[in-house]
Amino acid sequence: MSNNKIIHWFKYASPQSFYPLAGKLIPWFWGLTAVFLIPGLWITFFAAPTDAQQGEGYRIIFIHVPAAWMSMFIYIVMAAWAGLGLALNTRLSGMMAQGLAPTGAIMAFVSLWTGAFWGKPMWGAWWVWDARLTSALILFFLYIGFIALQAAIDDARRADKAGAILALVGVVNVPIIYFSVKWWNTLHQGASVSLTKAPTMAATMLWGMLLMALAFWMYSIAVALTRVRAIILEREAHTEWVKELDEVKA
Amino acid sequence: MNWESPAAFFAMGGYGLYVWGSFGVCAVLMIVEPILASKRRNDILRSLRRERIAENLEQP
Amino acid sequence: MNAILAIIRRDLLLAMRRKSEVLTALFFFIIVVSLFPLGIGPETALLRKIAPGILWVAALLATMLGLSRLFAPDHADGTLEQMVLAPSPLGLLVTGKIIAHWITTGLPLVLLAPVLGIQFDLDSGALGVLMIALLIGTPLLSLIGAIGAALTLGVRGGGVLLSLLVLPLYVPALIFGAGAVEAHISGLGAGGHLSLLAALLALAVFFAPWATTAALRIALE
Repeated sequence: MSNNKIIHWFKYASPQSFYPLAGKLIPWFWGLTAVFLIPGLWITFFAAPTDAQQGEGYRIIFIHVPAAWMSMFIYIVMAAWAGLGLALNTRLSGMMAQGLAPTGAIMAFVSLWTGAFWGKPMWGAWWVWDARLTSALILFFLYIGFIALQAAIDDARRADKAGAILALVGVVNVPIIYFSVKWWNTLHQGASVSLTKAPTMAATMLWGMLLMALAFWMYSIAVALTRVRAIILEREAHTEWVKELDEVKA
Repeated sequence: MNWESPAAFFAMGGYGLYVWGSFGVCAVLMIVEPILASKRRNDILRSLRRERIAENLEQP
Repeated sequence: MNAILAIIRRDLLLAMRRKSEVLTALFFFIIVVSLFPLGIGPETALLRKIAPGILWVAALLATMLGLSRLFAPDHADGTLEQMVLAPSPLGLLVTGKIIAHWITTGLPLVLLAPVLGIQFDLDSGALGVLMIALLIGTPLLSLIGAIGAALTLGVRGGGVLLSLLVLPLYVPALIFGAGAVEAHISGLGAGGHLSLLAALLALAVFFAPWATTAALRIALE
């Protein structure tokens, strides 16, 4: 019985069977994105009351915090796929890591951008060397390094493995970087207003943030799967199963 | 409901630039990214189709 | 153990034959550090405040220079493939090469830093802390850099890519290294920073040769 299950899971680890599966899943994840996004946006703009200290400007955190969470989470997922790829030598793992990286980089960028747009009215400066902003910046650099390394290596298998090592080294370093930056920040007594430590985290706000985070999560899965499908086609272009696909025959 | 008029909604209590600057860029990126991702798939599909046609021409 | 010593000896001998490369990195360090007062102005109090940061950033950049040549010549002449096939484990040989890289690029920086620190009017206590911090920190830079060098081995645009990969990973070393000197100057004591730097070094000694070895095997596949 358990043996059957293992075979069942490994079946989807091959690009050939994952490609149609992903195709079926993508619309569902887009649907879930909408399901979470619409009430999330409604709370963001209508249900959540005006903040006593930050006025309407605080509504930015409804996208800032989910983007920041996703940028970290995607890096960890990416490293997990990379590690799996190194350990089990599955082809799909590397493609998943490669498909996730640009989405993670965009999430990191959104968190930086919205952080700056939040900081300008609240702190009076577009950029403050706050521990969170600084580590988000370095995380963004780590994504760029990963994407650049994969782009520079022509051989797909080598690109996957080299990227995997880089992602694993990065994931060991992310907490070290975060704590070192935090320590550096407290020593230099920078601005200590924090984004998530809002004085009164009302239940509506928490719900709004949760819904937005789920929407971002579903969005990331949908777009990463779309990209993985493209990567599968690019890499398997000369195999028989790709030539037999309906969308190729059409 | 927080807003008395659409104008008040867009002004965001004086934070309009910052709020819409954030949400706007986020929305643009999240619309462009999926388009680029599916374009990447369409591009490779198109070249696969072309290859297939070329092969069929060679061996009728 | 003999294998490590043999590799270190060999790499040092090779470096002695190409003295200009070692000296170039050193002069790069000196010139970069000397450019800052020209850009910022000769105000002593300001220079004293930014000296640790400048010296550390210059040290990061100077160690980067030699990194792309850490494995590339051995890769080009086939020595690296011999090392993979050699009876002694590749991890040991890689460790030997990293140590040799540190002796040729890191150690001279440690010895030179006090001279440059004097230019920035650091007192003798701060110079001592700077030297200790660099003594712990530069091996860390060599270890992390070796991973990047192995990953970019034979990759097009390797040199620039290498800096893109490695510099973000250098951040903790920079923070604790420069922080140690600053903490000493401001009277907080450098102990905490130095012990954290040493902890990072211990972590890197454990992991970096392993990751480098894995990356080299991938590059040679």
